Amino acid sequence: MRLWQLTEVEVEALRLSLWVSGWSVAVSLPVGILVAWVLARLRFPGKNLLDGLVHLPLVLPPVVTGYLLLVLLGRNGPIGAALYDYLGVVLAFNWKGAVLAAAVMSFPLLVRAVRLSLEGVDQGLEAAARTLGAGPLRVFFTVTLPLMVPGIITGLILAFARSLGEFGATITFVSNIRGQTQTLPLALYTFTQVPDGEIGAMRLCILSVLIAMAALVCSEILARRFAARMKG
Amino acid sequence: MEINVTRRQGGFLVDATFGGPASGVTALFGPSGAGKTSLINMVAGLVRPDAGRISVNGLCLFDVERRINLPPEKRRIGYVFQDGRLLPHLSVRANLTYGMHRTPAERRFVTFDAVVELLGIGHLLGRRPARLSGGEKQRVAIGRALLTSPAMLLMDEPLASLDASRKSEVLPFIAQLSRAYAIPILYVSHMMDEILNLADHLVIMDSGRVVASGELQELFSKPELQAHIGKENFGSVISTVVEEPLDASGLTSLRFGEHVLKVAAVPAGRGAPMRVRISARHVAVARQAPALTSFQNIFSGKVVQIGYGGESHVDLLLDIGCLLWARITRKSFLDLGLQEGQAVFALIKSVAVKTIALETPPSRFCRGSR
Repeated sequence: MRLWQLTEVEVEALRLSLWVSGWSVAVSLPVGILVAWVLARLRFPGKNLLDGLVHLPLVLPPVVTGYLLLVLLGRNGPIGAALYDYLGVVLAFNWKGAVLAAAVMSFPLLVRAVRLSLEGVDQGLEAAARTLGAGPLRVFFTVTLPLMVPGIITGLILAFARSLGEFGATITFVSNIRGQTQTLPLALYTFTQVPDGEIGAMRLCILSVLIAMAALVCSEILARRFAARMKG
Repeated sequence: MEINVTRRQGGFLVDATFGGPASGVTALFGPSGAGKTSLINMVAGLVRPDAGRISVNGLCLFDVERRINLPPEKRRIGYVFQDGRLLPHLSVRANLTYGMHRTPAERRFVTFDAVVELLGIGHLLGRRPARLSGGEKQRVAIGRALLTSPAMLLMDEPLASLDASRKSEVLPFIAQLSRAYAIPILYVSHMMDEILNLADHLVIMDSGRVVASGELQELFSKPELQAHIGKENFGSVISTVVEEPLDASGLTSLRFGEHVLKVAAVPAGRGAPMRVRISARHVAVARQAPALTSFQNIFSGKVVQIGYGGESHVDLLLDIGCLLWARITRKSFLDLGLQEGQAVFALIKSVAVKTIALETPPSRFCRGSR
């Protein structure tokens, strides 16, 4: 019986992980759609730079990304200090920082998926909607965005999974504080560092698999529902 | 409608100026790549001309000098695209009402029910575009454009992607539109058959330029335009009225001016307008009225113009109360000793006359045609 009973630490880690990943996805989705749109539709000098910047976390070692975040956004960092002085927001060493680390790390995956689907949207349909009296913004929300749904679903699931698994940037930027920044992977890592942590580690491992499976199933259901809707 | 635009696209220059009547169908005809689609995209506001002016029914849509360039959503122009472009994530009903809801209620003069009935799409309303046939898609696309209560309709080869039977399913509706609503239609096509079915006014385009613009029948009688109208279309177009749908001999009599033209029986009501196309190759010429002949139609007239038709043949423009082209061999031409002004007889075989009903009642299409 006790084998399957989650301890308080594990429940905390699970809850925090879901909370952090949920916020990470929620924050990065609107920004991700905007950036994907800018990259797919606009031409401007410095576009390659923006593209590179967005993709940087994908190619950098996560610890490096975490360290950069700490340098820039820590209490004494140039951005972190300003955030604290003007808005009273502190990111380092709390759950908000963990959200940011997860969001930054998963951002390229989200943008790639969304951009791909955006590039697949027939611009002729947008033109048609314009001739039907819809302005550019309305066209975006009533035509472009609905047609991007498959890519958005893919982007969401990738970003959620990446956020859930985020380790290196998180531990570097916000450390491993129980109840604050100790997400599932961090808790699992901690268990492997203590003498009799194997059972806890195994439970968290199984839990991770279950969450990942559930997220996949959800996205599959949503994607099928969308496809069925398009077929009428 | 007054259109006067220029635009350079890569190495291609569209430089078009023409006017059209404020109602009825104006056909924009020309070979593929003549710049027809570019031109109507400029009218719709999807492509910006480099210079010029576009106005429709007194409303200025674009004027480079006055710095006017209305965005497409403000132009009140309905656009039926070649490929339909229905919004795939919306039902047929939502597609139809998409533009209607963006039109202020007080400006609407086209009602949902009337359009659904006119186009016979009532049974499709709950479906998604993916489950419509090509012809049904185009009918919905027409309805959708119409429901914005536009000041003008643009149609870019709306039948090009359809096979012959689907074409005949959609064509009557388009013919009906310009009569049911007083909306001018600019109809782009490279198929002369469609144009003869629909249009009163013709604009001929080639290589980005407007070659000629005017009343359809008149343009057909101009020898200098024959090259543009096309070899297979070379001939005459005459507007007639059905005088006797089925006479004792099993033929249909059509009246034009003083004359009656007998053609193979066509289903039509007395008094119905009928356009006929007579290929120049099917008109024979005689200096004396022949006795005992199979030609049902013999008209007296005179030679107005003698045109060079080619190595072996001569094109004659005859005046028989209306203008009629005849293409005869050079040998016959010399044998007959024809000159301009000479009195001749034009002989036309009934079976060689192509009739085009201008008004096809669409009622038979109203219920499920799948």
